Amino acid sequence: MKFKVRGIDTFASTGGRPFDKNKPLIIFVHGSGLSHMVWVLQTRYFAFRGYSVLAVDLPGHGLSSGESLKTIEEMGNWVGDVIGAVGCKEASLVGHSQGCLVTMECVAQHPEKIKTLTLMGGASAIPMNPELLRLAEESNPKAVDLMMDFAHGPAGHFGGHPVPGLYHLNVGSMIVQNKEIKDTLGVDFRACDNYKNGPEVAKKLDLPTLSILGAQDRMCRLKDGKILADYIKGSEVKIIEDCGHMMLLEEADQTLEILKKFIAEHYPLPS
Amino acid sequence: MDPKTYKFDTLSLHAGYQPSKNAGSRQVPIYQTTSYMFDDVDHAAALFNLERGGHIYSRMSNPTVQVLEERVCALEGGTAALATASGMSAIFLTIMTLCNAGDHMVVSSQLYGGTVNLFRLTLPKFGIKTTFVKPRDTEGFKKAIQPNTKGIFGELVGNPGNELMNMPEVSNIAKEAGIPLIIDSTYQTPYLCRPFEHGADLVVHSLTKWMSGNGSSMAGILVEGGTFDWMQNDKFPSMTEPYEGYHGLSFAEEFGPTAFTMMARAEGMRDMGPCLAPQNAWNILHGLETLSLRMEKHCSNALKMVEYLSNHESVAWVSHASAPGHPDKELAKKILPKGTGSMIAFGIKGGKEAGAAFINNVKLASHLANVGDARTLVIHPASATHSQMDEATLKFAGLSHDMIRLSVGLEDFEDIVNDFEDGFRAAKKPRLVANK
Repeated sequence: MKFKVRGIDTFASTGGRPFDKNKPLIIFVHGSGLSHMVWVLQTRYFAFRGYSVLAVDLPGHGLSSGESLKTIEEMGNWVGDVIGAVGCKEASLVGHSQGCLVTMECVAQHPEKIKTLTLMGGASAIPMNPELLRLAEESNPKAVDLMMDFAHGPAGHFGGHPVPGLYHLNVGSMIVQNKEIKDTLGVDFRACDNYKNGPEVAKKLDLPTLSILGAQDRMCRLKDGKILADYIKGSEVKIIEDCGHMMLLEEADQTLEILKKFIAEHYPLPS
Repeated sequence: MDPKTYKFDTLSLHAGYQPSKNAGSRQVPIYQTTSYMFDDVDHAAALFNLERGGHIYSRMSNPTVQVLEERVCALEGGTAALATASGMSAIFLTIMTLCNAGDHMVVSSQLYGGTVNLFRLTLPKFGIKTTFVKPRDTEGFKKAIQPNTKGIFGELVGNPGNELMNMPEVSNIAKEAGIPLIIDSTYQTPYLCRPFEHGADLVVHSLTKWMSGNGSSMAGILVEGGTFDWMQNDKFPSMTEPYEGYHGLSFAEEFGPTAFTMMARAEGMRDMGPCLAPQNAWNILHGLETLSLRMEKHCSNALKMVEYLSNHESVAWVSHASAPGHPDKELAKKILPKGTGSMIAFGIKGGKEAGAAFINNVKLASHLANVGDARTLVIHPASATHSQMDEATLKFAGLSHDMIRLSVGLEDFEDIVNDFEDGFRAAKKPRLVANK
């Protein structure tokens, strides 16, 4: 659906159900250069099980208007504003990669609004390889190819996706390339590279938190994901074996199962 | 720093398959089953509602067929693919997903005869009309577009005359009109050309041909490039508006670069059901493993054959993009740098009668209605593959009665030549009799 955040047209997938502000809200926040489309194998399930779902396109991404936000702090604040913009008071957040930094910042800035936090493929800092950053800022498609290479684990490079017929290496690539690379991926990579508050923000988090990590993640390595989880008081950690950074696509079913259990326990539907 | 994603030959052997998820089986297993157990009621509901991936019923998807779909998709550089029972069903499914009654297509006139019949005779029964344009008439494609046109369709190298469509320029025309360009790339395979890199939005194949190479199994496939923005205009409401069949799902909104394939499977396969048998998918997968090796030999044999035919006293003309003076030679260099394929059309002196004598007297070359087999094949299109077309349509499609269609195989070149010499000798005899 389309709605306005700070006066700018914003798009979010509602998982195929009409949005209902009276249902518990789960907001999904994508990673660098991507869009709501990466979440389709998680969002539809919750949307058809009593939740309201918003898989947002960050400003300038996917179907949202405006320019990409330049810092993780701005993005975190923007996600907080989304909650009010759709007439809700609170939400659970799910972030992937850069979306983990963004959702942590959102909790830090709007602690009263956020009920649970799920971090997929996260780390407390995501410093960028300088060459990859340069290529993205120059809109060089090689940046996307490198990102897709790094983002998928060894098994993911072969394919074998749960959705018949999808070759997910190219799906991610096309989502990024449907926008000007420097305006989305380039800006996002720079924002990740500049962001230094991760450890401090993580140490202050005080809400049910789940970290889903890929054992073969080369973008945010498993050890870095564990360090982030250690910073967060009481964080649950689930590791998906033989999976890279794109667990929401590479191992969509396992990711959904883990998320279902966490949401059911910590953010249940009203009885 | 370069990406280490797998390259073409590796993908042709490995893409879409993980042995660790299949009991360690190195070869892709044949899942000869109609249906799949659900974990519980919730799992079943989630699968039926496209909330998660997985198999329900082999009409919609099958694990063996899925490997083939992903493998071809990877080779083409696409986002998603859907295998079908034949190449014709891939085309039909594509058009039925794209169009509604009252819509219109712009289509290259030089096509396999069955495809011509589909657009000329069958699709009008469903209210879908077609304007045919000669493949080299690039401006003609633009002029033929109407407000209700939903796409441009063509074979990159037309069957059987070997005229090339200027894919990059026709793609620009399609983009300007906000409609997709659909390319039947059967003749090329992704080894010779990846149409998405030249502006195509959807690609279809008959996998029965070079992709398998063994002439054992029928199969087709639709591949999506993920390049077309279905939401750019209001021409594709079935893609962009809530679809009642899945509780108001908007395919374009939810699935973005895979939306067309998702809809073709969810609606087309569900309702029309031209599914591919797993055994056939497995046979095609076997062929794909040697695609590069075979295409190299097909092309090298074809080049020699063009030279041989061009210099033969019994041959009136030769059409192949490598042939001397072929009007599309420069375009072919640009979009088919690895080779121009193994389909050759040639005219035999003495016309239809000589052609019949030639075909009746070759022994190594097989006279049959197929192309892209590992074996050399010949046919007289006007009396076989394109026989259901009237004289005017034959002429418009660039077919003449002296035309022989040759699909050059992988045999030793000298053996093919020796066989052809027997054919040409026999073809001369009726003329010698006539001259007396």
